[in-house]
Amino acid sequence: MNLLIKNGRVIDPAGKTDKKLDILVENGHIAKIASDIRNEADFKVIDASGLIVCPGFIDIHTHLREPGLEQKETIDSGSRAAARGGFTSIACMANTDPVNDNRSVTEFIIARARQVGLVNVFPIAAISLGLKGEKLVEMEDLVRGGAVAFSDDGCCVMQADLIRKALEYSKMLGVPIIEHPEDHTISAEGQVNEGFISYKYGLRGILNAAEEVIVARDIILQDRIRSKLHLTHISTAGAIELIRKAKKDAIPLSVDVTPHHLLLNEECITTYDPNFKVKPPLRTEKDRRALLEAVIDGTVDCIASDHAPHTRDDKDKEFEYAPFGVIGLETTFPILFDRLVRSSTISINRLVELLSSNPARVLNLADRGRIKKGFPADLTIIDPEASFTIEVENFNSKARNCPFQGWSGQGDIAFTIAGGRLVYDRLAKRH
Amino acid sequence: MTATAFKQNHLLGIEHLQAREIDLILDTADSFVEVSNRDIKKVPALKGKTVVNLFFENSTRTRSSFEIAAKRLSADIINFSSSASSLKKGETLKDTVLTLEAMNPHIIVIRHSASGSPLYLTTFARSSIINAGDGFHEHPTQALLDALTIRQRLGRLRGLKIAIIGDILHSRVARSNIFLHQKMKNEIVLIGPPSLVPAEFCALGATVCHDIRAGVKNADVVMMLRVQEERGARNYFPSIREYRRLFAINREIFALAKKEAIVMHPGPINRDVEIDTSMADGSESVILEQVNNGIAVRMAVLYLLKGDQRHESAD
Repeated sequence: MNLLIKNGRVIDPAGKTDKKLDILVENGHIAKIASDIRNEADFKVIDASGLIVCPGFIDIHTHLREPGLEQKETIDSGSRAAARGGFTSIACMANTDPVNDNRSVTEFIIARARQVGLVNVFPIAAISLGLKGEKLVEMEDLVRGGAVAFSDDGCCVMQADLIRKALEYSKMLGVPIIEHPEDHTISAEGQVNEGFISYKYGLRGILNAAEEVIVARDIILQDRIRSKLHLTHISTAGAIELIRKAKKDAIPLSVDVTPHHLLLNEECITTYDPNFKVKPPLRTEKDRRALLEAVIDGTVDCIASDHAPHTRDDKDKEFEYAPFGVIGLETTFPILFDRLVRSSTISINRLVELLSSNPARVLNLADRGRIKKGFPADLTIIDPEASFTIEVENFNSKARNCPFQGWSGQGDIAFTIAGGRLVYDRLAKRH
Repeated sequence: MTATAFKQNHLLGIEHLQAREIDLILDTADSFVEVSNRDIKKVPALKGKTVVNLFFENSTRTRSSFEIAAKRLSADIINFSSSASSLKKGETLKDTVLTLEAMNPHIIVIRHSASGSPLYLTTFARSSIINAGDGFHEHPTQALLDALTIRQRLGRLRGLKIAIIGDILHSRVARSNIFLHQKMKNEIVLIGPPSLVPAEFCALGATVCHDIRAGVKNADVVMMLRVQEERGARNYFPSIREYRRLFAINREIFALAKKEAIVMHPGPINRDVEIDTSMADGSESVILEQVNNGIAVRMAVLYLLKGDQRHESAD
């Protein structure tokens, strides 16, 4: 499909562009960026007057559940949710069934995503076979098969020696290790942040130290190894302090935070609603403010949704028996735009950087996260004036486990264009 | 004694009750103590009402206590316990409760190992829900029967020093008692090792103390909690032997409390673990009075709730 996007405010943080420009999309790629391009070839025109055109968003941390857990989400439904949320690329975690610890699963995910044909799906392979934390996967074979990173995610590698070897071995591949920092010997059967709230409500706690011990361990290892390390969904003030110091000491490291940790705190669990049960747990207000500060001052590199779909029945349980996780692909942008950009906490340019150019850099997606001639036309177009109300029943995702149900605000995705194809149009009939 | 003064549809915990509602439950219980002392221990107050005892944890005393309370009020009661339940066949709590509700009970009494389960039931059930213990969270009828016993023995429920000793972290009895005595503006001291009594409990209006002698000094009430071997296995303390040496109540330590002080225990007791066996049987021990008062308190709660809300809301 060929497109001409007219009169939009083009924001390309990596190219330091922020001005009114037209963009010509030809054969899936960006053919021309200039002011006032004439529609000589009778291309379909998108009138972007009053809208913001930015590089397509990239989610560094998604769970698509296929293969194996298709009742929760599929590559198809997850791709449609991504398109609805302005994400043109999503990186999906390895905890499928079977686990993505071998090339055949990676290739299956890529093939399915191509069949679906909506957004780019980049598989993240496991670090260890079966996520067991014992034996390394065949990293080079997986990278050749299309894996863009390695992570055991929720099954954080407990053996310091294994994470050392993973960092060392992956260094020759240049591919990041993504760590979900959680010391399971400390978090154990914890359900919520440990502190006054967990004590009062009689729920087993997860100390902030469970996260910080692993962050410290990884920073110390990384200081020597200098591979590519990314710490995902950081949730505590203490972890932020360790990361800030490590970055000051020029230890190679990148981090992401999630919208729910930026906007919610542990008070949400006082009604025992499993839609607020997530790992890491929602923390204290002090932690939340520290994350926000780190987003403002540049310590945080990316925003990740940690989209973790579960069925209605999975979550309709006693708090303790419900699984961890919330979904976020369809709410990340509108919620953050309304709560952070409209409140002038951060600029739109910074939000776009957190959602596009920075994740592209972390995942080595050389031709994404930019609006540049010759690059694939992955573009997200924002209507800053559109009002929204989060209604889970309207989601494209199969799941409904969203902690922002009922939130309203202003600023939503108007169009999502992936590989030059219009994959979401807010005003069109729902996809 | 008027049930209309009680506005709650459920008894989920002590936290959300007001002091005057607690007084009302205890006053109502006082009059049911008299019923239990009669030769014919039965009144027709809940004739035609159905109560379901839904117990997902082993419990003899609490389940029996609710059963006797319901029977003395002439209610019909059925027991549904996890060993005989369909939960083992993989049925969810919600489906189990919806199935029971299809049989139109008025009140469901639930005990469950997961904190918050009684509140979860109120999101879809129509019956009045009584929490008979949820995880580490609350056990409101235990705190109420403790309060009734304190009032009987000491003649008042205000201006007291209450020492609670043991595994506070994992105790729903402790939490309900903390909420109750905080509402009564009593002084609360929590005693145990730091691993079982985190400092954050201060924010609930209590003092945290790791020295049993200092904590028990001048107390009106010494409330012991059952200590479980399992906590030792998980290294909350090194051994029962050391725990006993540091946190068990005996005559020497109890002598530091006020002269008329009482010693309480929610049971079942571990003789010579958290409580010296001679103390458990001594005149200062009110352990069996607590059990007896449990029936009157549960009668009061059943009577005040009546399970009428479903019919009122249907009007």
